[in-house]
Amino acid sequence: MSRRLPLVPENTEPLPSLKENQGMLAWVSSVDHKQIGLMYLMVTMVFFVVGGLEALLMRIQLSQPEFNFISPEVYNQLFTMHGTTMIFFVVMPFLIGVGVYLVPLMIGARDMAFPRLNALSFWLVVFGGILIYYSFLTQSGAPDMGWFAYSPLSEKPFSLNKGPTYWALGLLATGISSVASGLNNIVTILTMRTPGMTMRRIPLFVWMILVTSFLLIFVIPIIASAFAMMLLDRLLEATFFTPAHGGSAILWQHFFWGFGHPEVYILILPAFGIISEVIPVFSRKPIFGYEFVAGSTVAIGLLSLGVWAHHMFAVGLGDVTNLYFSLASMLIAIPTGVKVLNWVATMWGGKIIFATPMLFATAFIIEFVMGGITGVAIASVPIDWVVTDSYFIVAHFHYVLYGGSMFAIFAGVYYWFPKFTGRMMSETLGKWHFWLTIIGFNMTFFVQHFLGVMGMPRRIYTYQDFPYWGSMNLISTIGAVVLALSVLVFMWNVHVSRKRGKKAGNNPWDAWTLEWAAASPPAVHNFDLVPPVRGRRPLWDLAHPEQPDEPNAKVVD
Amino acid sequence: MADNKMLIKFFVASESIFFIMLILAYVNFKGTVVDGPTAESSLNPYVTGIFSLFLLASSFTIWLAGKSLRAKNHTMMKVWLLVTIVLGAIFIFGQGREWAGLIEQNITISRNVFGTTFFTLTGFHGFHVCVGLIMLSILLGLALFGDFKGPRSDGVEVISIYWHFVDGVWIVVYSVIYVWAFFL
Repeated sequence: MSRRLPLVPENTEPLPSLKENQGMLAWVSSVDHKQIGLMYLMVTMVFFVVGGLEALLMRIQLSQPEFNFISPEVYNQLFTMHGTTMIFFVVMPFLIGVGVYLVPLMIGARDMAFPRLNALSFWLVVFGGILIYYSFLTQSGAPDMGWFAYSPLSEKPFSLNKGPTYWALGLLATGISSVASGLNNIVTILTMRTPGMTMRRIPLFVWMILVTSFLLIFVIPIIASAFAMMLLDRLLEATFFTPAHGGSAILWQHFFWGFGHPEVYILILPAFGIISEVIPVFSRKPIFGYEFVAGSTVAIGLLSLGVWAHHMFAVGLGDVTNLYFSLASMLIAIPTGVKVLNWVATMWGGKIIFATPMLFATAFIIEFVMGGITGVAIASVPIDWVVTDSYFIVAHFHYVLYGGSMFAIFAGVYYWFPKFTGRMMSETLGKWHFWLTIIGFNMTFFVQHFLGVMGMPRRIYTYQDFPYWGSMNLISTIGAVVLALSVLVFMWNVHVSRKRGKKAGNNPWDAWTLEWAAASPPAVHNFDLVPPVRGRRPLWDLAHPEQPDEPNAKVVD
Repeated sequence: MADNKMLIKFFVASESIFFIMLILAYVNFKGTVVDGPTAESSLNPYVTGIFSLFLLASSFTIWLAGKSLRAKNHTMMKVWLLVTIVLGAIFIFGQGREWAGLIEQNITISRNVFGTTFFTLTGFHGFHVCVGLIMLSILLGLALFGDFKGPRSDGVEVISIYWHFVDGVWIVVYSVIYVWAFFL
């Protein structure tokens, strides 16, 4: 990559620094989408470390049979907070944040449609997170009922502590934030595109953010109402979810998963978007089947609304219900498979450059397909009945969430870091990070498939010394330590490269979407002049006027 | 210029889901009450129906306010805004009266599933009406200081869309709670 780097002068627009002008106030009071985007990323990094430490503590406790490292009570709090943190305060805000940063740049806009609403969204996430973590300081500790907060566990008298109340309040705040950013994204994408940037030409990342935003605004209200009901149950002694008083515990499950399943697509669709940007650039080919990637995303979004009860096969909803939800869930594999095909076909015959973003993107396809295959398996009712709530499920969703979303997030950070900061991340450290991640991740989670099939339930703080359980759990724990090391390497890379990385210039990867036409980091107003858009790859058209993507495209000025 | 009306339309769509969930909860528990009060035994569809008419009328008057705005009739716009606020406030008064009567009979949110779902559903709707009233009052205050001379104002139009939505929700809520219990 380095040979193709142009020699560039120092950036004329330095990164906002705490030492300059108003210091911290310049960030706290900012309504600029780039600053808010960066703040999202920094906050998610903090939560990622916290959530990771929680996981590490759990893995140490499980490293050998009947170990006494942490108490069962603390263990329950740890897995609840780990899941909640990673989903609501790491993956979601990261993807929303990177979207907030990139969407206006990619469509050639000055900012989001509603910059102040954007700031509100960000600060609500921060305060939601603080609210939830504050529960650790209360006398009775953090919530301990698991991230899906099944009733009656989350209800009095089973949870007399205040943890679940903080949990529901904090997530309600975060939910409002998500709806606000969903609305903001939709209006931005539908109304603020630069001339020529039709819906058939917006980068696929923007398509994914659009579909995700529709999911956000239609799905978050489901859980917001359920949180409101849970809070009324806990604070005013309402009886929504308390069977003892005529309420229904199953209703919570329907409401929760009615949100919870589309939520997993909220966590993965923007990740698909990152992958759909990275793979073409590093294969030096346009994406294969743009329409199919966008269309299959819409299909996933719609299908995801009708499959929630596959999380509830063990409840006993009846054979007809189970059959429907089983088949509907398997259907989702089709549009997802379409995308995998598109990515592979894009790479096929391309001049692939395995820089760190591409390494993570390629690994993403492999790890995500692993998680997808176990996903189709457990969509089948009989298999689900055997492995439900076992470590097989834990392995499955870590393959899609870490092997999927997190790998894409890393690919995205390595890819856009030059745009964010004006400097390249270190390729050497990046490769260390990548290989440590691959080893650590697969070591941690692959054995968990076997543990699950052998009957190890999730959410237990210890286990008896059954054959192989101890050794497999030890392998998993060592893997978790390696994974933690990889994150340290990553953070070190970010820290070092931010100050001393190679200067990037506007377009270090020779990419084609509009964000690379702006300065690195972009000026406050993003573009002096937005390049003309006459196709899906405006910067390609600009550099190769003799060979444009759409030779017959009308010129819009 | 950001598209405020598009924002409020998607916001209203999002809010609809929120209310659909509350209504689903009400419907889910309807008929499951074994002892204690139910809609049939504790509500008065006629009194609430009359107060509902005030809310429905307010949707008409805010439409008139918008019409006056487009006709650049500043005085009439202020009058119709004020009438809208008064009508909405009468509806809230009616709801407060109904709630007070129920609580006096010890029918509360914690009494049984009817109380739980009834107070939650009508409470969230009433909360939305109150938010609307606050926003309308701000509009009226700004109008009194000379804003909104017409013929267009995103502020007035956006809040008007919200207000129609709150009204529409009440038609559904009234049908599900009162019409279902007494007239079907």
